[in-house]
Amino acid sequence: MKKFAAWAIFIFGVVYFVLPLIGMTEFSLKMRRGVYSFDAYFKVLADPQFQATFTYSIMLALATILIGVLIVVPTAYWVRLKVPEARPLVEFITLLPLVIPAIVIVFGYIRMYNTSSVLPLTGSAFGTDILLTMGYVTLALPYMYRSVDTGLRTIDVGTLTEAAQSLGAGWVTILGRVILPNVLVAVLSGAFLTFAIVIGEFTMAALLNRPAFGPYMQILGANRAYEPPALAVIAFAITWACMGLIQLVTRFAGHERAKA
Amino acid sequence: MTAFLDLQHLEKSFGETRVVKDFNLGIAKGEFVSLLGPSGCGKTTVLRMIAGFETPSSGAVIVDGKDVTGLRPNQRNVGMVFQAYALFPNLTVAQNVGFGLKVKGVGKQEAEARVAEMLAMIGLPQLGGRYPFQLSGGQQQRVALARALAPRPQLLLLDEPLSALDAKIRVSLRQEIRDIQRSLGITTIFVTHDQEEALSMSDRIVVMNGGIAEQAGSPFDVYNRPATRFVAQFVGTLSLLPATVTDVAAGTVSVAGTAVSGLALPPAAHTGAAVSLALRPESLRRQGRPGDASLSGIVRSVDFLGSVMRTRVEAAGEMLAFDAFNDPALPPPQPGDTMTLHFAPDSALVLPA
Amino acid sequence: MANSTTAAPSLKARTGSGVALPWRWLGLAPFFLFALLFLILPTMRIVIGAFEAQGGGFTFQNILDLNTDSIRSAYWVSIELSVTTALLGGLIGFGMAWAIVFGNLPKRLRGPLMTFSGVASNFAGVPLAFAFIATFGPAGMIAVWLRTEYGINLRAYGINILSYWGLVATYLFFQIPLMILIITPALDGLKREWREAAEVLGATAWQYWRMVALPILFPALLGTFALLFANAFGAVATAYALTGPQLNIVPIKLFAQIRGDVLGNPNLGYALAFGMIVITGIANGVYIWLRTRSERWLK
Repeated sequence: MKKFAAWAIFIFGVVYFVLPLIGMTEFSLKMRRGVYSFDAYFKVLADPQFQATFTYSIMLALATILIGVLIVVPTAYWVRLKVPEARPLVEFITLLPLVIPAIVIVFGYIRMYNTSSVLPLTGSAFGTDILLTMGYVTLALPYMYRSVDTGLRTIDVGTLTEAAQSLGAGWVTILGRVILPNVLVAVLSGAFLTFAIVIGEFTMAALLNRPAFGPYMQILGANRAYEPPALAVIAFAITWACMGLIQLVTRFAGHERAKA
Repeated sequence: MTAFLDLQHLEKSFGETRVVKDFNLGIAKGEFVSLLGPSGCGKTTVLRMIAGFETPSSGAVIVDGKDVTGLRPNQRNVGMVFQAYALFPNLTVAQNVGFGLKVKGVGKQEAEARVAEMLAMIGLPQLGGRYPFQLSGGQQQRVALARALAPRPQLLLLDEPLSALDAKIRVSLRQEIRDIQRSLGITTIFVTHDQEEALSMSDRIVVMNGGIAEQAGSPFDVYNRPATRFVAQFVGTLSLLPATVTDVAAGTVSVAGTAVSGLALPPAAHTGAAVSLALRPESLRRQGRPGDASLSGIVRSVDFLGSVMRTRVEAAGEMLAFDAFNDPALPPPQPGDTMTLHFAPDSALVLPA
Repeated sequence: MANSTTAAPSLKARTGSGVALPWRWLGLAPFFLFALLFLILPTMRIVIGAFEAQGGGFTFQNILDLNTDSIRSAYWVSIELSVTTALLGGLIGFGMAWAIVFGNLPKRLRGPLMTFSGVASNFAGVPLAFAFIATFGPAGMIAVWLRTEYGINLRAYGINILSYWGLVATYLFFQIPLMILIITPALDGLKREWREAAEVLGATAWQYWRMVALPILFPALLGTFALLFANAFGAVATAYALTGPQLNIVPIKLFAQIRGDVLGNPNLGYALAFGMIVITGIANGVYIWLRTRSERWLK
């Protein structure tokens, strides 16, 4: 009885999750009349707009990861080592992006950094890119911080630091050569997740008017029939790859630790 | 006498492994029986079959003349105390103790009275409003006992209830559990791997190994007259010396050239058979009495254990443990000393090699 | 062990004096500066703007102006959508997590389900909308299949993916996996001894869940619900790509307002955004309040 109920709900879930994936794949192959073909994919991949927006979003994702790591790793480390009383405040702030909708945050950006403000970031393309990157860092903050903080929990931060200090290492060396390698798996997990979030992000990019992959997909979706599901398949593959990489690094690290 | 709890030919296999093999045991009403054995010997599986968490592969569990083998745990009216942390963390002490009454639909007033009675019994009458995390380990296990007993079960099952506690609390709680069990007269089965617990608490001990009951008997019997080599080694400390039977009729064996007579030999023993002479540390003495046998050896180590001094003596190529009460007037032996130890032949065991 | 005894006094010596305190906090300056510039101040700008008259000065007028049929209904539909998808997603996700933890399903199903949940919970936004249109849309796989094989026209039955319930079905694609990801570890945390203790005391499975398991899970369930609610309430991309700019829910209305001041009053946009913060804020406030109430028994 229990087993029957378990199978029933599990199979219901599998059908619900698999149908849209089959649906989008099937649709994306139907561009040529009567036969399945990869025409939609060739068309999308050959589109210079696709190439430009995709490259742009990848660059943004990499910048987001870099800045995110530079902010999160030292902060999480410092909170653990020196300012444990700041933990509730820092954790609260890192969780805020889950509560304040992204659209509200970007609305604030547009009004706060407009051309007549002290810091007119939206005045230039590069300034807007910086603003968008910072917005993505904000979106990724909850995941990045949790991931790194969990990673730090498994190592003895205090002892590692004292040991490095006794060997004459400075703060930059300690963070870069001692702490970072030890939480590399956590950082990489956070980084891949950030990549998956940023690559197809729509709201912030659209409202800041930047030529990112998300808005490109939306515009294509409004005008074409077969290319959008092809894009969906590509986006799904990217998300899957990111999650797969997280699993891979985690498992690899497990083996390394077991060997040591 | 018919047994109150009767376990008949119990078998349990998990896949290919037979965890319990043809287990038979009858327990009288009000008896306190311990299942003693190393981990993996099947003792917990036997307990879980009595509780109903595991269904026997074959055999029957009979309680008070009724076959309960097919009943779910919630239909069996047994009380159980688990190893640790089994109190419901979201309920207060009083709610935990009253849980069994509540699910049985006992009236509120009656339930409250029963809970108060139980809390008084375990000596924690003022802690009813606390949550489990606010209690010490010993208090938690006492509450777990009260919770198990509140619905007046016909059987009490204790699954290593003391092994997660500190040594001191373990000893005091032992006594407390036994006192409560006696005053209620409840039939109890106690699973443990700690021979000291089993010896001090039980009416009867069943020593288990490899899914089989090796011996069932009173603590006195099991300790002094172990039926098998496993029981002899598992219960208490035992030094084994290789020996050869030289005279079956006189019960004589030869140990490292010394003849020891008047021993009870195993039934199958014949002249020339290799056997083990087994000696408890407390049956050895430094001063011999008439009729004693003796062995000489070299002192290898001396451990001061407080009231007792344990000396290890190398004799006949084996280590011999020897306990003597601490006597401040006597200088302790030194490693390297030669020492002669005496024992009464009837205090020694002869086991098949 | 030796390390920790030597480390403790030296750390204390460094942190003990009064002057040392601000210096320690200085290490967090980059983080706080970032949070201030790109999270807190922008949000404050919205809050202040919501109470600012067009020519400057304090006013409640913007908030009062939200009270139009169209905006009221937008909030209402948004809340309804978020509650529905959070409840349904929570329920189905809980069921699947239960099936995988307690349902005696083959153990090797668990890993793939968890990985897939990680993927699906992040597969939101524009591509998700495409997948649902391609499958359940008017020209999608299911509609075409039903039409050609059975002559059933879904439209005729009022089934339309570009509708409220279509949106619900689409949102569930990321809500269910998010629930699975969060609640599975919580289910793992239920000790076998609790169930067995309840069982042996005479409780039925339902009594065990009602009196022990669900109260223990309550904080986790509540927290996940609040998260799922906020997740749906703030979502723009999925709805926008699925139904276009005309769907009357708050995030889409705000999106249109930011792009082109469709409300004809820039400060009304602030008030609209402020309303969103208030609602997700209330949801989380209720969560925190209920959580502290239900966690009296926790350390």
